[in-house]
Amino acid sequence: MRRLAGPTVTGSRVTASGWGWRHAGRARQAVSGLDLDIRPGERVLVLGPSGAGKSTLMHALAGVLGDDEDGDETGDLFVDGLRPSQARGRVGLVLQDPDSQVVLARVGDDVAFGCENLGVPRAEIWPRVSQALADVGLDLPLRHPTSALSGGQKQRLALAGVLAMRPGLVLLDEPTANLDPDGVVEVRDAVHRSVEASGATLIVIEHRVAVWQDVVDRVIVLDPAGGVLADGPAGTVLSAEGERLAAAGVWIPRFPPAMPHRTEAAGDTLLSAQDLAVGRVPFARRQAVPVADGLDLDVRAGSTLAITGPNGTGKSTLALTLAGLLAPAGGRLAATSALAAGIGEAPHRWRSRDLLERIGTVFQDPEHQFLAGTVRSELLVGPRALGLGAAEQAERVDGLLTRLRLDHLADANPFTLSGGEKRRLSVATVLATRPRLLVLDEPTFGQDARTWAELVRLLAELQGTGTAVVAVTHDDLFVTALADARLTLVPGAGPATGRVVSTGPVASAGPSRPAPPVEGGTP
Amino acid sequence: MSLMTPEIRPSAIARVNPVAKLAVALLISCALMLSIDWVSAAVALALEAILLAWCGLNARQFWLRTAPVWIAAPFGMLTTILYGEDSGAVLWSGGWVSITEGSVALGLAIGLRVLAIGLPGIVLLATTDPTDLGDGLAQVLRLPARFVLGALAGLRLVGMFIDDWHSLALARRARGVGDGGGLRGKAARFRSLAFSLLVLSVRRGSKLATAMEARGFGSDEPRTWARESVFGRRDGLVVLIGVAIAAASITAAILAGTWHFVLA
Repeated sequence: MRRLAGPTVTGSRVTASGWGWRHAGRARQAVSGLDLDIRPGERVLVLGPSGAGKSTLMHALAGVLGDDEDGDETGDLFVDGLRPSQARGRVGLVLQDPDSQVVLARVGDDVAFGCENLGVPRAEIWPRVSQALADVGLDLPLRHPTSALSGGQKQRLALAGVLAMRPGLVLLDEPTANLDPDGVVEVRDAVHRSVEASGATLIVIEHRVAVWQDVVDRVIVLDPAGGVLADGPAGTVLSAEGERLAAAGVWIPRFPPAMPHRTEAAGDTLLSAQDLAVGRVPFARRQAVPVADGLDLDVRAGSTLAITGPNGTGKSTLALTLAGLLAPAGGRLAATSALAAGIGEAPHRWRSRDLLERIGTVFQDPEHQFLAGTVRSELLVGPRALGLGAAEQAERVDGLLTRLRLDHLADANPFTLSGGEKRRLSVATVLATRPRLLVLDEPTFGQDARTWAELVRLLAELQGTGTAVVAVTHDDLFVTALADARLTLVPGAGPATGRVVSTGPVASAGPSRPAPPVEGGTP
Repeated sequence: MSLMTPEIRPSAIARVNPVAKLAVALLISCALMLSIDWVSAAVALALEAILLAWCGLNARQFWLRTAPVWIAAPFGMLTTILYGEDSGAVLWSGGWVSITEGSVALGLAIGLRVLAIGLPGIVLLATTDPTDLGDGLAQVLRLPARFVLGALAGLRLVGMFIDDWHSLALARRARGVGDGGGLRGKAARFRSLAFSLLVLSVRRGSKLATAMEARGFGSDEPRTWARESVFGRRDGLVVLIGVAIAAASITAAILAGTWHFVLA
């Protein structure tokens, strides 16, 4: 049995009185009029619609918000009676993006990094490192390369780096938003165990209440208009404010987002794969290394195929191959004449412009597909490449701006949008050329309930008009809402192969829907 | 194996403090850059060859890693022989190409120099973990921690560039602007891709900076080092060997009368 009880620390007290912050160059206060008293050892979930200033509060508590040049502060915010910038080492922060928190190349060195900065003597650092790794359940050699970790492991590594500093206050800013379901549970449990053991005060921001409600003992809801909307035990706050929070995009178990209405529209087969192998060509090599093979499937107009399975089984690679962006590593992938419409049957040989009206791809990271300086010109890229007339271009773009609630952002830079807005824009850019097949990679990753519902409704509508949808997803609710067929990739005998084990009908979304036909796959 | 966590075979040279190895590589490079003549480069190369026995690389690894200098050296030599400054007896002449005793000597000097300067640098990289080098630079040479750790953390991001580049290229194809336009189109796409990569890297970098700051990096408090970088007598000895190689090559060239001080 692993020893989990690390030396206890004194939990920090957090107090705010009339605290507020306005980022330099912004007209609006990010946070204003905040009064708080969080007792040592309390475990708090902070909720609020996006734009309520949750992340700003976390950054302020961690002392990384910056100084007078970065914004204007009002009121007082104290950690153990100190201003957060003076309380360095009392506070540890874990952020959302697993990739941009790893500092050093090896697991042990990365965990030790915070201790070194605090001036902990060398002899004391390594016992702390081992203890912190044990607390988060990361059972790896100290010299293990950090680049070889999964997303969930990287987040636990970041948590270990924070715990090794023995902070009185642990801050988690959407620590599980970018993780698959297994990673979410991994990280949540590691947090639970470690704060239980150390006695530190915990503040978590998350959209998904169900994940954290058993870990925390208090829920604070921030009001975008300033101050606190609700504050108290989880049960009380969620029953009083649940409905309003759900409408604002927070995932509340009792108030799930509305399921879309589906109409039966399955039509012609557009794309067909037999014994398909997919893989990427490694750097400086010529031959693709298959990550998944033996795949048989059909993509049909007006239906949705969900691709699911654990990380590393080649889901994204398969999606990019179906989208005509990667060449198949083996087997056959052919577009039918219904999709190819007069050009060759191998999508990866099509010209880039020929893809636009045939297959549209929404990438997992929206930032990868942004090309222009404003939202409007971003939407114009596709229609321009198609050579549409100016009137037609404007009509399509204006329609999408309104439909995806982006009209007030038409002149904003795509990179400055919020996560939900970026996702909506990345979908809109693809819809601007009206492709017959839409391929999406984790479209609902990290999205709040409101964006989720909009996205699902939009996809259901498209499907009703005969568009085919292929979506890589970890999101079971998404599969339930939309999918007609499901392809589950599972790890094969080799470390990097996947195989279809089940395709077929999933729970029908609309109550009146007949069971959809089985699509492709090995029986 | 990767850039930041190379598998380093245990060897006598791998155990030497990276700072000592860096000093040797720099000493030899500086000495050889003072003059262009074949004797000094040949002597340095011969003495380095003896040291290579302790670097722990097997034949395959050695040739793979040092391939760039084996290609660069003859290339530099050949171009100097053909086009270099002529002096002495003409050995062969045709058109504007002429080979003279002077240009042959110069070409030989250049080729040997590329090898004698390149090999220690490559051996340094092949036998050194970047993290250990960072520890050495900060603890032995007392370079600022901010600089050393910033560079180490930044270097880790370089590995992500390749993946980002690939994704950006695929995304452009998906958006209808991935081909066409001939050479000019290609050049424009490359520029736009490079710019996107720059934007992505800056964003990654600033996120990483926040994460580092949140873990107490960049404060004025004195910092400790979890890994001790020891510069012992053996490391001092290695530096002395470097000094000896540099001195031997210069002395040999002066005695042979080939020394040709470039600044003179």
